[in-house]
Amino acid sequence: MRAYWLKQAWQRVRQLSGDDAYERYLASYAEHHAGQEDAHAPLSRAEFFKQWQDQKWTGIKRCC
Amino acid sequence: MKVFWSRAGWAGVALLGAAALARVAMARGESLNALWLITAAVCVYLIGYRFYSAWIAANVLAIDATRATPAERLNNGRDYVPTNRWVVFGHHFAAIAGPGPLVGPTLAAQFGYLPGTLWILIGAVLGGAVQDMVTLFLSTRRNGRSLGQMARDEIGAIGGTAAMIGTFLIMIILIAVLGLVVVNAMKHSPWGTSTVAATIPIAMLVGVYMRYLRPGRVLEASLLGVILLLASVVFGGWIDHHPVLGAMFDHEGLPLAFSVIAYGFAAAVLPVWLLLAPRDYLSTYMKLGTVLMLAIAILWLRPEIHMPAITPFIDGTGPIFGGKLFPFVFITIACGAISGFHALIASGTTPKLITSEGDIRMIGYGAMLLESFVAIMAMIAATVLEPGVYFAINSPAGVVGKEAMDAVNTISSWGYEVSVAQMQHLASAMGESTLFARTGGAPSLAVGMASILGTVFGEHLLALWYHFAIMFEAIFILTTLDAGTRVGRFMLQDMLGNLHPKLGETSYTPSVILTSALVVAGWGYFLYIGVIDPNGGVNILWPLFGIANQMLAAIALSVATGVLIKSGKVSKAWITGLPLIWLLAITTTAAYEKVFSSDIRVGFFAAANDLSQKLASGVLPPEKAAVAPQLIFNQQLDAWLTLFFVAMLWVVVLDMVRMSRRYFVGQPVRPSSEAPYVASHLV
Repeated sequence: MRAYWLKQAWQRVRQLSGDDAYERYLASYAEHHAGQEDAHAPLSRAEFFKQWQDQKWTGIKRCC
Repeated sequence: MKVFWSRAGWAGVALLGAAALARVAMARGESLNALWLITAAVCVYLIGYRFYSAWIAANVLAIDATRATPAERLNNGRDYVPTNRWVVFGHHFAAIAGPGPLVGPTLAAQFGYLPGTLWILIGAVLGGAVQDMVTLFLSTRRNGRSLGQMARDEIGAIGGTAAMIGTFLIMIILIAVLGLVVVNAMKHSPWGTSTVAATIPIAMLVGVYMRYLRPGRVLEASLLGVILLLASVVFGGWIDHHPVLGAMFDHEGLPLAFSVIAYGFAAAVLPVWLLLAPRDYLSTYMKLGTVLMLAIAILWLRPEIHMPAITPFIDGTGPIFGGKLFPFVFITIACGAISGFHALIASGTTPKLITSEGDIRMIGYGAMLLESFVAIMAMIAATVLEPGVYFAINSPAGVVGKEAMDAVNTISSWGYEVSVAQMQHLASAMGESTLFARTGGAPSLAVGMASILGTVFGEHLLALWYHFAIMFEAIFILTTLDAGTRVGRFMLQDMLGNLHPKLGETSYTPSVILTSALVVAGWGYFLYIGVIDPNGGVNILWPLFGIANQMLAAIALSVATGVLIKSGKVSKAWITGLPLIWLLAITTTAAYEKVFSSDIRVGFFAAANDLSQKLASGVLPPEKAAVAPQLIFNQQLDAWLTLFFVAMLWVVVLDMVRMSRRYFVGQPVRPSSEAPYVASHLV
């Protein structure tokens, strides 16, 4: 039981920080693009992270 | 039976809350334990969340969990992503909670602990949290549109333009005042300055690590950064005692201000991954960790509050900023009670992550309550100090005198005993050369935090805790400064793009440099004036920021009220209408006093005229006469800026009233921009 909660909490921390963003991207890629003829290969980790970070920082992100 | 126990439980919370509030409000003469404040606050939040927010969600907004959110409908795996509610809560809270709720209550403590505490509680539960939640709801129903766009779509072009200009100007003033807080914390403090300076290369190292060394390993990189930050606090103590290095980091306010300005420009021009993004990670962990640690320490320690409930300074003669309790306590505490800036976060970013409309209440209303709780803790940290010490740290030299002896005599004459020896002892315990006239709120909060944390973890670590607190505040103030300058740059590019399309391109280097320089020059000017002002600058800039922030809140509440009226919920529009009327009253009164008051500590024009006369009659000492013309110009500029804010506020509100009148008499109004119903597949 405790191990379950610890695992859950760890997952939340990873998700909150974006540590697992690439894994989530791959999962979503597999779900949406799997088996499509014209699908391009998924981005590499470094490529994906570049896009993710740049996109994350457009607009108002921080307040007073 | 279950219903009975639930009702009994909530009745218990209500009774406990009422008892704690009564204890907080009635305490006179005898000292009050901080636990009463915490108990009162938690009970008020629980009741507000359980009953008021639930009622609003069900009966006013008619939140519908079966309706697909934009995150579900437009899911693109990038900005629109259905996300776990706790993760969205974390992102939203980290975005709204900046240095504002720490600085405001610290300054407002000059009125005593009671007025500020009551406003933080009432303002958040009935005003700020409602604003955040309703804005989040409206934006979620409109595919995550921004406040400005919603104002334009729902009310008219005027509101949209006012929201945009207002945001830009708030950003400028906010950055200036936060820059000033950091400068005043670093002044003649080699330990503080070296630690704050170290955060820059540390952030860059983390940035390179995340981008190139181990791409995307955010937690690893963050852990490395946090360890280095803590090491820099310890190392700063060594630098402080080093004869050569110590002198290298020992500076007056002005050179520090210019460094902050140069840094701001660099941060706006450099790529985000190198400085802004990694610094933001570090500041978020520091913020969450420190707030949690402070909460635990307060609960563990249950410190006594030494500040009286109400001080004589409610009559407007306070040393930290001039002006009576009404309206200035409401202007000083903006963040933590009602902050218009939150409406910008609640529209735009957060709505695109919400999985179900059912999460809106917890994220919008709940996150604001947590921010309000941070403000309560800042109030506790300020008021556990002996009042004499609190006033000695926060009163500017221009008010209480430049020499330590003069300052303690003035402050003791108010009835708040403090001695030079006591202040010297405190300063050396904190590892600083002096703590007199360290205006801006950061040093006093750091002393308060250090004395709370120091009692739990050992008195001999006081200096370490003090500089840890300074580093903690500085790192997220600088994050707001970086992010704000960048947003300001984008907004300016957007506006200039209308005049000359090439300037609107965000990757066109000459435009990037030009607009960054303009934004930095804007806040750099106010920061410069704040540093040369013998009254500390914060007393001018903070009220201006408060007025601007409340103006933005009034725009958000106008949009909300207008939409509620338009959609036929007239009888319930008071949930945002009443806070709007209150904000109009306080903002207009405050603006009126800041512009027209004959008290030179309140009225901008009065201060300008007084200084002009003194300059003309030659009674000013040479160093004051040299800066007087700039101070006079600045006071006049601030007066016009205040008039501009309040004029814009009224334009937006009257535009909303005009639209509502059209609705009532049956004339056509702009159609609702709400996205049509689509059933959710996630429930």
